[in-house]
Amino acid sequence: MSALLRRVVMMAALLLSVASVHAQMNLEVNTPALTALRASMQQRHNQLGPLYASGAVGLTRDGKVALRDANAVPLAQRQQAAALVAAENQDRAALYREIARANNHPEWENDIRSTFAQRWIEKAQAGWYYQNSAGSWVRK
Amino acid sequence: MSRLRVAGYGVLCAMALSGCVTINIYFPAAAAEQAADVIIDEVWQLKNGARPAPAPAKDQP
Repeated sequence: MSALLRRVVMMAALLLSVASVHAQMNLEVNTPALTALRASMQQRHNQLGPLYASGAVGLTRDGKVALRDANAVPLAQRQQAAALVAAENQDRAALYREIARANNHPEWENDIRSTFAQRWIEKAQAGWYYQNSAGSWVRK
Repeated sequence: MSRLRVAGYGVLCAMALSGCVTINIYFPAAAAEQAADVIIDEVWQLKNGARPAPAPAKDQP
């Protein structure tokens, strides 16, 4: 009977240890490449912020940004806005790829992209535009 | 009895291994969400995951 009890206790301990490994799992996001990408995106946000607010740029359902209303940007600044969007998308693609790679699972890239897509939209400010699951633009 | 014990250890080993396999194969959705939140807060300069400030009231009709 005591042997059975010991076995049950051992099993419970093992289950708990497996569970705690699951709970503690974090993704690596602090490699030099990722730190550089985060800094670059943070700096660009100073210029992108007003474009989100005016509705010129919106958040896409696939974790990128898009120039959705060029008319909201003065003609002289349209080229710069397009360049900002292109640069941001390049950084975002690199970010998703690098997180997957830094965690030794390059195949996670798409899952990471869709996780980010949801979180960007969730954290967007009221008034910003995002793409819903059907692909149409919605004002938050 | 000793055969039973061997079987028991076999089960334990299988459980331990399956725990490792689970960690390696499946996408850790909760951890990814947490990582995304940390990065988005930093890029958009939101404080500690706090909700963004509401839009200025004068925008209301």
